[in-house]
Amino acid sequence: MIYREAGQYWLQAVLIPFLIYSMAAIGLNLLTGYAGQLSLGTGGFMAVGGYAAFKLTTAFPWLNIVVVFALAGVIAALVGLVFGVPSLRIKGFYLAVATLAAQFFLIWLFNKVAWFTNYASSGTITAPPRTVAGVMVTGPLATAGARYVAALGLVMLGALVAKNLVRGRIGRSWMAIRDRDIAAEIIGVRPLRTKLLAFGISSFYCGVAGAEYVFLYLGSAETLAFDIGLSFLVLFMVIIGGLGSILGSFLGAAFIVLVPIFLTNVPHMLHLPLPVALQKQIELMVFGGLIIFFLIVEPHGLARLWQIAKEKLRLWPFPH
Amino acid sequence: MSALVEIREVSKAFGGVQAVTRVSLDVTKGEIVSVIGPNGAGKTTVLNMVSGFYHPDTGRIALEGRDVTDLAPSRIAELGVARTFQNIALFRGMTVLDNLMLGRHVHMKSGVLSSFLYWGLAQKEEVRHRRRVEDIIDFLKIQDLRTRPTGSLAYGLQKRVELGRALALDPKVLLLDEPMGGMNQEEKEDMARFILDVNEEWGTTIILIEHDMGVVMDISDRVAVLDMGQKIAEGTPDEVRANPAVIKAYLGEPKASAKEARRG
Repeated sequence: MIYREAGQYWLQAVLIPFLIYSMAAIGLNLLTGYAGQLSLGTGGFMAVGGYAAFKLTTAFPWLNIVVVFALAGVIAALVGLVFGVPSLRIKGFYLAVATLAAQFFLIWLFNKVAWFTNYASSGTITAPPRTVAGVMVTGPLATAGARYVAALGLVMLGALVAKNLVRGRIGRSWMAIRDRDIAAEIIGVRPLRTKLLAFGISSFYCGVAGAEYVFLYLGSAETLAFDIGLSFLVLFMVIIGGLGSILGSFLGAAFIVLVPIFLTNVPHMLHLPLPVALQKQIELMVFGGLIIFFLIVEPHGLARLWQIAKEKLRLWPFPH
Repeated sequence: MSALVEIREVSKAFGGVQAVTRVSLDVTKGEIVSVIGPNGAGKTTVLNMVSGFYHPDTGRIALEGRDVTDLAPSRIAELGVARTFQNIALFRGMTVLDNLMLGRHVHMKSGVLSSFLYWGLAQKEEVRHRRRVEDIIDFLKIQDLRTRPTGSLAYGLQKRVELGRALALDPKVLLLDEPMGGMNQEEKEDMARFILDVNEEWGTTIILIEHDMGVVMDISDRVAVLDMGQKIAEGTPDEVRANPAVIKAYLGEPKASAKEARRG
């Protein structure tokens, strides 16, 4: 029984958020890591996915939940396209500020317009119970195991497709725009089309992740769940994991999910009873310190460290 | 036969500076035409107008009889114009192979959905274009550099890879901005050989800007001379060499000798 509960804890508090954050991190990595367009609107695009999935599944209860997730992604992609238009004219920090506007505008919209929450007085959206192949995957009765398998399936499919995308024509055109936009144009890469495609596909991933966030992880949510903090969290995952790496998106998400758990448990193991408030403060400090440490020591992130480790192990015991 | 590239009376000013004034130039299919002139004569500006980076204030540019004056650079690339830059614009973080594959971009069609699935259409397309890229790699003798990031290559090799990327587009017209700038004698000879071979093997029309007069006179069918934004002479290398206006522009009048010394 204890074992079972520990398993539930791991699924609910670690593995499910890890998989969902990975999905969002893949999305942001396509846009920022591959196409070089910095975005702080991830939380907003995830909110679009979450609210779109809620509206769709309550308006069309017969619709399969997997289809709902896909459509939520498509809607988020369309919103992403709209907010990607300024990227033709503005770059770098200025574009980041424009995407920040998207973040605040979208959250404001979902707070302001009660239609999005089906006029719920509490302002929260709640995942209704839905099944896939006879197994309950959303709603209060869905087991953590079922939700875990659903999230795992989606992120594996997402990662595979993303990997295919970046190794062919489209991925190369994104990297060309990132590395040298003038040279990209001269070989026939159309800047607006390429950047918008990156915004659209990135937002699709974020939208699906947002829908999963509500339906597979939180169960119910308000706009607070999608605030600017979430945008930064996903950006940290991408930076720590490795810009321009699909594997890095997973590593970054795992790092961000695991570090707070690790920091909470270490004092316990060392028999150092700390007040909870102090523990929270220490957690934040260590977290910030680690991010700065990573940015200085290994700007290419965990994915690069993993690559180096593999190389070293292959050559071991020889130095080269 | 009408010209492949027609430049008609183009002018371009940047603020108060008149960079190019009513320059015309016709380039016939299969020709190698050099544009020469002192620094600041407006050579690169003309090239930038042909490739669509600048749009002329007045005048027209046509490619195969089609007006391309106001098209974006990417559209002009799709019509078969490739170029290299004076100060190399490779994708430095990417490998030589990826740079050349990017040169194939305008010929590749696979969209989002076929890329999602990859195995099948997109992969077939990838393999087909890779074959063409391998031809170019063999042609430029850069076989051992395939997986090297271009940023780590020696300067002369970067120039060569940039030429390769332009060739990967299978261009009708190749614009080369100082392809031999900063090279040693041996590298210059290699590059000159490549340019001649491209012209002979694929019949590619070439417009180049170059400062090394020896090379220009050796490989060009025709030479156009710009000075102070105006075309002051055009003709075969021998005609241009004998033209008094050209000699004046290059050597200057006695009074201008101090200015010439600064130009080096």
